[in-house]
Amino acid sequence: MSEPSLKSEGGYVRQAWLVILLAVSYGAALAGVETTLGPKIAENKRNETYDKIPNLVPGADKSRTVEMLLEDADGNRRRVYQALGSDGSLRGWVLPAGGQGFADRIELLIGLDAPAARITGLYVLEQKETPGLGDYIAGPDFQSNFRDKPTAPPLEVVKGDPTASNEIPALTGATISSEAVAAIANAAIAAVKEAIRKHAVSLQPPPRSTKNRHNP
Amino acid sequence: MSDSDPTALERFLNGILPENPIYRQLLGMCPTLAVTGAMKPAVTMAAATAFVLVSANLIVSLIRGLLKPHLRILVFTLTIATFVTIADKALAAYLYQMSKQLGPYVPLIIVNCIIISRCEICASKQSVGVALADALGMSLGFALGLASIATVREILGSGTWFGLPVLPSGWHGWGIMVLPPGAFLTLGLLLGAAEWLGQRRAARATGKA
Repeated sequence: MSEPSLKSEGGYVRQAWLVILLAVSYGAALAGVETTLGPKIAENKRNETYDKIPNLVPGADKSRTVEMLLEDADGNRRRVYQALGSDGSLRGWVLPAGGQGFADRIELLIGLDAPAARITGLYVLEQKETPGLGDYIAGPDFQSNFRDKPTAPPLEVVKGDPTASNEIPALTGATISSEAVAAIANAAIAAVKEAIRKHAVSLQPPPRSTKNRHNP
Repeated sequence: MSDSDPTALERFLNGILPENPIYRQLLGMCPTLAVTGAMKPAVTMAAATAFVLVSANLIVSLIRGLLKPHLRILVFTLTIATFVTIADKALAAYLYQMSKQLGPYVPLIIVNCIIISRCEICASKQSVGVALADALGMSLGFALGLASIATVREILGSGTWFGLPVLPSGWHGWGIMVLPPGAFLTLGLLLGAAEWLGQRRAARATGKA
Protein backbone atom coordinates (compact mmCIF):
# COMPACT_ATOMS: atom_id res chain seq x y z
CA MET A 1 0.00 0.00 0.00
CA SER A 2 1.45 3.40 -0.95
CA GLU A 3 1.66 6.01 1.77
CA PRO A 4 -1.43 8.24 1.39
CA SER A 5 -0.97 11.89 2.25
CA LEU A 6 -3.11 13.18 5.08
CA LYS A 7 -4.72 15.79 2.87
CA SER A 8 -5.90 13.34 0.24
CA GLU A 9 -7.47 11.28 3.05
CA GLY A 10 -9.56 14.21 4.26
CA GLY A 11 -7.58 15.87 7.03
CA TYR A 12 -6.74 15.06 10.60
CA VAL A 13 -10.25 14.71 11.98
CA ARG A 14 -11.28 12.21 9.37
CA GLN A 15 -8.10 10.29 10.06
CA ALA A 16 -8.34 10.33 13.81
CA TRP A 17 -12.05 10.43 14.60
CA LEU A 18 -11.98 6.88 15.94
CA VAL A 19 -9.05 7.63 18.24
CA ILE A 20 -10.79 10.77 19.49
CA LEU A 21 -14.09 8.98 19.99
CA LEU A 22 -12.42 6.09 21.82
CA ALA A 23 -10.37 8.43 24.01
CA VAL A 24 -13.52 10.30 25.05
CA SER A 25 -15.53 7.14 25.76
CA TYR A 26 -12.66 5.46 27.62
CA GLY A 27 -12.23 8.62 29.63
CA ALA A 28 -15.90 8.57 30.56
CA ALA A 29 -15.71 4.87 31.45
CA LEU A 30 -12.69 5.46 33.68
CA ALA A 31 -14.44 8.37 35.37
CA GLY A 32 -17.32 6.01 36.10
CA VAL A 33 -14.97 3.38 37.52
CA GLU A 34 -13.24 5.98 39.67
CA THR A 35 -16.57 7.27 41.02
CA THR A 36 -17.71 3.76 41.87
CA LEU A 37 -14.49 2.32 43.28
CA GLY A 38 -12.81 5.50 44.58
CA PRO A 39 -14.63 5.55 47.94
CA LYS A 40 -13.90 1.85 48.48
CA ILE A 41 -10.19 2.35 47.77
CA ALA A 42 -10.12 5.39 50.08
CA GLU A 43 -11.73 3.29 52.81
CA ASN A 44 -9.11 0.54 52.36
CA LYS A 45 -6.39 3.15 52.74
CA ARG A 46 -8.03 4.62 55.80
CA ASN A 47 -8.25 1.16 57.41
CA GLU A 48 -4.58 0.61 56.69
CA THR A 49 -3.77 4.02 58.15
CA TYR A 50 -5.57 3.11 61.38
CA ASP A 51 -3.70 -0.20 61.50
CA LYS A 52 -0.37 1.60 61.16
CA ILE A 53 -0.99 4.33 63.74
CA PRO A 54 0.38 2.35 66.74
CA ASN A 55 3.60 1.68 64.73
CA LEU A 56 3.95 5.30 63.69
CA VAL A 57 3.30 6.92 67.06
CA PRO A 58 4.61 4.98 70.07
CA GLY A 59 1.99 4.37 72.73
CA ALA A 60 -0.94 5.28 70.49
CA ASP A 61 -4.15 3.27 70.70
CA LYS A 62 -5.72 2.62 67.32
CA SER A 63 -9.27 2.80 68.68
CA ARG A 64 -8.70 6.22 70.30
CA THR A 65 -7.64 7.90 67.09
CA VAL A 66 -9.37 11.18 66.26
CA GLU A 67 -9.62 12.21 62.64
CA MET A 68 -9.70 15.94 61.98
CA LEU A 69 -9.27 18.59 59.32
CA LEU A 70 -6.74 21.31 60.09
CA GLU A 71 -6.11 24.43 58.08
CA ASP A 72 -2.52 24.32 56.85
CA ALA A 73 -0.09 27.15 56.10
CA ASP A 74 -1.46 27.49 52.56
CA GLY A 75 -5.02 27.82 53.75
CA ASN A 76 -6.03 24.31 52.60
CA ARG A 77 -7.85 21.93 54.86
CA ARG A 78 -5.81 18.80 55.46
CA ARG A 79 -6.75 15.55 57.09
CA VAL A 80 -4.65 14.62 60.11
CA TYR A 81 -5.04 11.87 62.67
CA GLN A 82 -4.65 12.69 66.32
CA ALA A 83 -3.04 9.68 68.01
CA LEU A 84 -4.11 9.23 71.63
CA GLY A 85 -2.91 6.69 74.18
CA SER A 86 -5.37 4.30 75.81
CA ASP A 87 -5.62 6.79 78.72
CA GLY A 88 -6.70 9.54 76.31
CA SER A 89 -3.47 11.53 76.49
CA LEU A 90 -2.02 13.04 73.33
CA ARG A 91 0.78 10.85 72.01
CA GLY A 92 1.31 12.38 68.60
CA TRP A 93 -0.03 12.86 65.12
CA VAL A 94 -0.24 10.96 61.89
CA LEU A 95 -0.08 13.01 58.77
CA PRO A 96 -1.05 11.61 55.36
CA ALA A 97 0.92 13.19 52.52
CA GLY A 98 1.46 12.57 48.85
CA GLY A 99 3.44 13.77 45.88
CA GLN A 100 5.16 12.79 42.69
CA GLY A 101 7.83 10.09 42.86
CA PHE A 102 10.07 8.78 40.09
CA ALA A 103 7.39 6.65 38.44
CA ASP A 104 4.05 7.61 39.91
CA ARG A 105 2.47 9.21 42.93
CA ILE A 106 3.90 8.28 46.33
CA GLU A 107 1.65 8.40 49.38
CA LEU A 108 3.08 8.50 52.87
CA LEU A 109 1.95 8.39 56.46
CA ILE A 110 4.14 10.46 58.73
CA GLY A 111 4.08 9.99 62.49
CA LEU A 112 4.92 13.04 64.59
CA ASP A 113 5.32 13.42 68.34
CA ALA A 114 2.86 15.60 70.30
CA PRO A 115 4.63 18.97 69.79
CA ALA A 116 5.41 18.09 66.13
CA ALA A 117 9.13 18.42 66.87
CA ARG A 118 10.23 14.92 65.86
CA ILE A 119 9.24 12.33 63.32
CA THR A 120 8.27 9.17 65.16
CA GLY A 121 7.77 7.00 62.11
CA LEU A 122 7.22 6.95 58.39
CA TYR A 123 5.25 4.48 56.31
CA VAL A 124 4.90 4.32 52.53
CA LEU A 125 1.22 3.76 51.91
CA GLU A 126 1.41 3.64 48.16
CA GLN A 127 4.19 3.66 45.57
CA LYS A 128 4.86 2.33 42.13
CA GLU A 129 8.60 2.99 41.98
CA THR A 130 11.01 0.89 39.92
CA PRO A 131 10.98 -2.72 41.16
CA GLY A 132 14.31 -3.70 42.64
CA LEU A 133 15.52 -0.11 43.05
CA GLY A 134 13.05 2.60 43.99
CA ASP A 135 10.53 0.24 45.55
CA TYR A 136 12.91 -0.21 48.49
CA ILE A 137 11.46 3.07 49.79
CA ALA A 138 8.65 0.85 51.07
CA GLY A 139 11.12 -1.44 52.84
CA PRO A 140 11.64 -1.36 56.62
CA ASP A 141 15.31 -0.31 56.35
CA PHE A 142 14.62 2.87 54.44
CA GLN A 143 11.52 3.76 56.42
CA SER A 144 13.29 3.36 59.77
CA ASN A 145 15.84 6.03 58.71
CA PHE A 146 13.16 8.64 59.32
CA ARG A 147 12.45 7.68 62.90
CA ASP A 148 13.53 10.26 65.51
CA LYS A 149 14.47 12.85 62.93
CA PRO A 150 13.79 16.51 63.86
CA THR A 151 11.08 18.33 61.90
CA ALA A 152 13.38 21.37 61.55
CA PRO A 153 15.69 21.89 59.71
CA PRO A 154 14.10 20.05 56.76
CA LEU A 155 15.24 16.52 55.95
CA GLU A 156 18.02 16.19 53.43
CA VAL A 157 18.92 13.16 51.38
CA VAL A 158 22.65 12.49 51.17
CA LYS A 159 24.69 9.88 49.33
CA GLY A 160 26.81 7.93 51.75
CA ASP A 161 26.66 8.05 55.53
CA PRO A 162 24.66 10.86 57.12
CA THR A 163 26.60 13.25 59.31
CA ALA A 164 23.88 15.61 60.55
CA SER A 165 20.71 14.69 62.45
CA ASN A 166 18.43 15.76 59.58
CA GLU A 167 20.18 13.67 56.93
CA ILE A 168 18.75 10.55 55.33
CA PRO A 169 20.99 8.18 53.35
CA ALA A 170 19.79 7.80 49.73
CA LEU A 171 18.96 4.38 48.39
CA THR A 172 21.62 3.21 45.96
CA GLY A 173 20.30 3.56 42.42
CA ALA A 174 17.17 5.32 43.61
CA THR A 175 18.22 8.82 44.56
CA ILE A 176 15.16 10.38 42.94
CA SER A 177 12.74 8.09 44.82
CA SER A 178 14.58 8.75 48.10
CA GLU A 179 14.53 12.49 47.53
CA ALA A 180 10.85 12.39 46.60
CA VAL A 181 9.96 10.77 49.93
CA ALA A 182 11.97 13.36 51.87
CA ALA A 183 10.50 16.23 49.84
CA ILE A 184 6.93 15.02 50.35
CA ALA A 185 7.55 14.65 54.08
CA ASN A 186 9.21 18.08 54.33
CA ALA A 187 6.38 19.83 52.48
CA ALA A 188 3.64 18.16 54.52
CA ILE A 189 5.35 18.77 57.85
CA ALA A 190 6.08 22.41 57.01
CA ALA A 191 2.48 22.95 55.97
CA VAL A 192 0.78 21.63 59.10
CA LYS A 193 3.36 21.98 61.86
CA GLU A 194 2.03 25.31 63.10
CA ALA A 195 -1.59 24.19 62.90
CA ILE A 196 -0.77 21.05 64.88
CA ARG A 197 1.09 23.03 67.52
CA LYS A 198 -1.76 25.48 67.93
CA HIS A 199 -4.19 22.63 68.22
CA ALA A 200 -1.97 20.72 70.68
CA VAL A 201 -1.72 23.81 72.85
CA SER A 202 -5.46 24.31 72.88
CA LEU A 203 -5.85 20.77 74.21
CA GLN A 204 -3.87 21.58 77.36
CA PRO A 205 -4.71 23.88 80.26
CA PRO A 206 -3.79 27.37 78.90
CA PRO A 207 -1.35 28.91 81.46
CA ARG A 208 1.05 26.01 81.69
CA SER A 209 1.11 25.22 78.04
CA THR A 210 2.11 28.78 77.24
CA LYS A 211 5.00 28.50 79.66
CA ASN A 212 6.10 25.12 78.31
CA ARG A 213 6.00 26.40 74.81
CA HIS A 214 8.73 28.93 75.57
CA ASN A 215 10.94 26.39 77.34
CA PRO A 216 11.48 23.54 74.97
CA MET B 1 -10.54 -12.82 4.76
CA SER B 2 -8.78 -15.92 3.48
CA ASP B 3 -9.82 -19.46 4.27
CA SER B 4 -6.44 -20.16 5.80
CA ASP B 5 -7.18 -18.02 8.90
CA PRO B 6 -7.30 -20.22 11.98
CA THR B 7 -10.76 -21.06 13.31
CA ALA B 8 -11.95 -20.18 16.81
CA LEU B 9 -11.18 -23.68 18.11
CA GLU B 10 -7.70 -23.66 16.58
CA ARG B 11 -7.01 -20.24 18.08
CA PHE B 12 -8.18 -21.41 21.50
CA LEU B 13 -6.12 -24.61 21.51
CA ASN B 14 -3.03 -22.94 20.03
CA GLY B 15 -2.85 -20.49 22.90
CA ILE B 16 -2.76 -23.19 25.54
CA LEU B 17 0.23 -25.31 24.49
CA PRO B 18 1.38 -25.15 20.84
CA GLU B 19 1.78 -21.34 20.98
CA ASN B 20 1.99 -20.98 24.75
CA PRO B 21 2.82 -17.30 25.39
CA ILE B 22 5.50 -18.12 27.96
CA TYR B 23 7.05 -21.40 26.83
CA ARG B 24 6.76 -21.03 23.06
CA GLN B 25 6.57 -17.28 22.39
CA LEU B 26 8.65 -16.11 25.37
CA LEU B 27 6.38 -13.10 25.83
CA GLY B 28 5.32 -11.47 29.08
CA MET B 29 8.63 -12.27 30.76
CA CYS B 30 8.36 -9.37 33.21
CA PRO B 31 5.36 -10.73 35.17
CA THR B 32 6.63 -14.26 34.57
CA LEU B 33 9.76 -13.53 36.54
CA ALA B 34 8.40 -10.98 38.96
CA VAL B 35 5.17 -12.33 40.45
CA THR B 36 5.73 -16.09 40.46
CA GLY B 37 7.23 -16.33 43.94
CA ALA B 38 3.96 -17.81 45.17
CA MET B 39 0.70 -19.06 43.70
CA LYS B 40 -1.62 -16.31 44.95
CA PRO B 41 0.09 -13.36 43.22
CA ALA B 42 0.67 -15.49 40.11
CA VAL B 43 -3.00 -16.42 39.82
CA THR B 44 -4.12 -12.84 40.50
CA MET B 45 -1.77 -11.60 37.79
CA ALA B 46 -3.05 -14.26 35.38
CA ALA B 47 -6.65 -13.24 36.09
CA ALA B 48 -5.96 -9.52 35.65
CA THR B 49 -4.10 -10.18 32.39
CA ALA B 50 -6.93 -12.42 31.17
CA PHE B 51 -9.47 -9.68 31.87
CA VAL B 52 -7.45 -7.13 29.90
CA LEU B 53 -6.67 -9.54 27.06
CA VAL B 54 -10.29 -10.65 26.60
CA SER B 55 -11.65 -7.08 26.80
CA ALA B 56 -9.04 -5.62 24.46
CA ASN B 57 -9.46 -8.44 21.92
CA LEU B 58 -13.25 -8.00 21.95
CA ILE B 59 -13.18 -4.23 21.46
CA VAL B 60 -10.47 -4.35 18.79
CA SER B 61 -12.33 -7.07 16.91
CA LEU B 62 -15.58 -5.08 17.07
CA ILE B 63 -13.98 -1.96 15.60
CA ARG B 64 -11.55 -3.76 13.24
CA GLY B 65 -13.39 -2.46 10.16
CA LEU B 66 -12.85 1.15 11.24
CA LEU B 67 -9.13 0.90 12.06
CA LYS B 68 -6.76 3.07 10.03
CA PRO B 69 -3.55 1.09 9.48
CA HIS B 70 -1.22 3.82 10.69
CA LEU B 71 -3.29 4.55 13.80
CA ARG B 72 -4.04 0.98 14.85
CA ILE B 73 -1.23 0.63 17.42
CA LEU B 74 -2.45 3.82 19.09
CA VAL B 75 -5.96 2.39 19.30
CA PHE B 76 -4.65 -0.91 20.72
CA THR B 77 -2.59 0.87 23.36
CA LEU B 78 -5.45 3.17 24.32
CA THR B 79 -7.81 0.22 24.71
CA ILE B 80 -5.33 -1.85 26.69
CA ALA B 81 -4.43 1.04 28.99
CA THR B 82 -8.10 1.65 29.78
CA PHE B 83 -8.76 -1.93 30.82
CA VAL B 84 -5.52 -2.14 32.78
CA THR B 85 -6.57 0.93 34.75
CA ILE B 86 -9.94 -0.69 35.47
CA ALA B 87 -8.23 -3.90 36.62
CA ASP B 88 -5.83 -1.91 38.80
CA LYS B 89 -8.66 0.03 40.48
CA ALA B 90 -10.75 -3.10 40.98
CA LEU B 91 -7.84 -4.88 42.68
CA ALA B 92 -7.19 -1.87 44.93
CA ALA B 93 -10.87 -1.82 45.90
CA TYR B 94 -11.53 -5.51 46.45
CA LEU B 95 -8.13 -7.20 46.96
CA TYR B 96 -6.25 -4.39 48.65
CA GLN B 97 -3.38 -6.39 50.15
CA MET B 98 -2.82 -8.30 46.90
CA SER B 99 -2.89 -5.03 44.99
CA LYS B 100 -0.16 -3.69 47.27
CA GLN B 101 1.86 -6.87 46.89
CA LEU B 102 1.71 -6.74 43.09
CA GLY B 103 2.55 -3.03 43.21
CA PRO B 104 3.63 -1.70 39.80
CA TYR B 105 3.18 -5.02 38.01
CA VAL B 106 -0.55 -4.49 37.49
CA PRO B 107 -0.09 -1.14 35.68
CA LEU B 108 2.76 -2.82 33.78
CA ILE B 109 0.25 -5.16 32.11
CA ILE B 110 -0.10 -2.26 29.65
CA VAL B 111 3.29 -3.16 28.19
CA ASN B 112 2.69 -6.91 28.22
CA CYS B 113 3.43 -7.87 24.62
CA ILE B 114 1.06 -10.83 24.73
CA ILE B 115 -1.93 -8.51 24.66
CA ILE B 116 -0.84 -6.15 21.89
CA SER B 117 0.39 -9.09 19.81
CA ARG B 118 -3.04 -10.75 20.01
CA CYS B 119 -4.74 -7.48 19.00
CA GLU B 120 -2.37 -7.27 16.02
CA ILE B 121 -2.29 -10.93 14.99
CA CYS B 122 -5.87 -11.97 15.62
CA ALA B 123 -8.40 -9.43 16.88
CA SER B 124 -7.76 -6.75 14.25
CA LYS B 125 -8.23 -9.33 11.47
CA GLN B 126 -10.83 -11.86 12.68
CA SER B 127 -14.40 -11.94 13.96
CA VAL B 128 -15.45 -11.36 17.55
CA GLY B 129 -15.96 -15.06 18.24
CA VAL B 130 -12.49 -16.01 17.03
CA ALA B 131 -10.94 -13.08 18.92
CA LEU B 132 -12.68 -14.19 22.11
CA ALA B 133 -11.51 -17.80 21.70
CA ASP B 134 -8.01 -16.56 20.96
CA ALA B 135 -7.95 -14.35 24.07
CA LEU B 136 -9.26 -17.18 26.26
CA GLY B 137 -6.71 -19.67 24.90
CA MET B 138 -3.81 -17.27 25.35
CA SER B 139 -5.00 -16.31 28.85
CA LEU B 140 -5.19 -19.96 29.81
CA GLY B 141 -1.74 -20.60 28.36
CA PHE B 142 -0.34 -17.61 30.26
CA ALA B 143 -2.03 -18.74 33.48
CA LEU B 144 -0.62 -22.27 33.08
CA GLY B 145 2.84 -20.85 32.45
CA LEU B 146 2.72 -18.60 35.51
CA ALA B 147 1.20 -21.34 37.68
CA SER B 148 3.84 -23.90 36.69
CA ILE B 149 6.69 -21.58 37.65
CA ALA B 150 4.93 -20.38 40.81
CA THR B 151 4.25 -23.98 41.87
CA VAL B 152 7.93 -24.93 41.69
CA ARG B 153 9.06 -21.73 43.39
CA GLU B 154 6.51 -21.71 46.20
CA ILE B 155 6.87 -25.41 47.04
CA LEU B 156 10.68 -25.40 47.03
CA GLY B 157 11.02 -21.91 48.45
CA SER B 158 8.40 -21.92 51.18
CA GLY B 159 7.17 -25.52 51.38
CA THR B 160 3.62 -24.34 50.67
CA TRP B 161 1.19 -24.17 47.76
CA PHE B 162 -1.44 -21.39 47.80
CA GLY B 163 -0.19 -20.75 51.32
CA LEU B 164 -1.07 -24.30 52.46
CA PRO B 165 1.78 -26.45 53.79
CA VAL B 166 2.54 -29.34 51.41
CA LEU B 167 6.03 -30.36 52.47
CA PRO B 168 6.87 -31.82 55.91
CA SER B 169 7.50 -29.19 58.55
CA GLY B 170 11.19 -30.15 58.59
CA TRP B 171 11.54 -28.43 55.20
CA HIS B 172 13.26 -25.11 55.68
CA GLY B 173 12.61 -23.70 52.24
CA TRP B 174 15.20 -22.70 49.70
CA GLY B 175 15.05 -18.97 50.19
CA ILE B 176 16.68 -18.39 46.82
CA MET B 177 13.65 -19.85 45.03
CA VAL B 178 11.44 -17.03 46.32
CA LEU B 179 14.02 -14.40 45.39
CA PRO B 180 14.65 -13.16 41.82
CA PRO B 181 17.44 -15.69 41.06
CA GLY B 182 14.93 -18.48 41.72
CA ALA B 183 12.69 -17.04 39.02
CA PHE B 184 15.46 -17.20 36.42
CA LEU B 185 16.57 -20.69 37.49
CA THR B 186 13.02 -22.07 37.40
CA LEU B 187 12.11 -20.42 34.12
CA GLY B 188 15.33 -21.64 32.49
CA LEU B 189 14.91 -25.22 33.66
CA LEU B 190 11.20 -25.39 32.76
CA LEU B 191 11.86 -23.82 29.35
CA GLY B 192 14.57 -26.39 28.74
CA ALA B 193 12.23 -29.20 29.77
CA ALA B 194 9.43 -27.89 27.53
CA GLU B 195 11.84 -27.60 24.58
CA TRP B 196 13.24 -31.09 25.19
CA LEU B 197 9.76 -32.62 25.32
CA GLY B 198 8.74 -30.73 22.18
CA GLN B 199 11.79 -31.90 20.24
CA ARG B 200 11.37 -35.50 21.36
CA ARG B 201 7.77 -35.45 20.23
CA ALA B 202 8.74 -33.89 16.88
CA ALA B 203 11.48 -36.49 16.40
CA ARG B 204 9.06 -39.32 17.09
CA ALA B 205 6.51 -37.84 14.65
CA THR B 206 9.05 -37.61 11.81
CA GLY B 207 10.43 -41.06 12.65
CA LYS B 208 6.99 -42.57 12.12
CA ALA B 209 6.29 -40.72 8.91
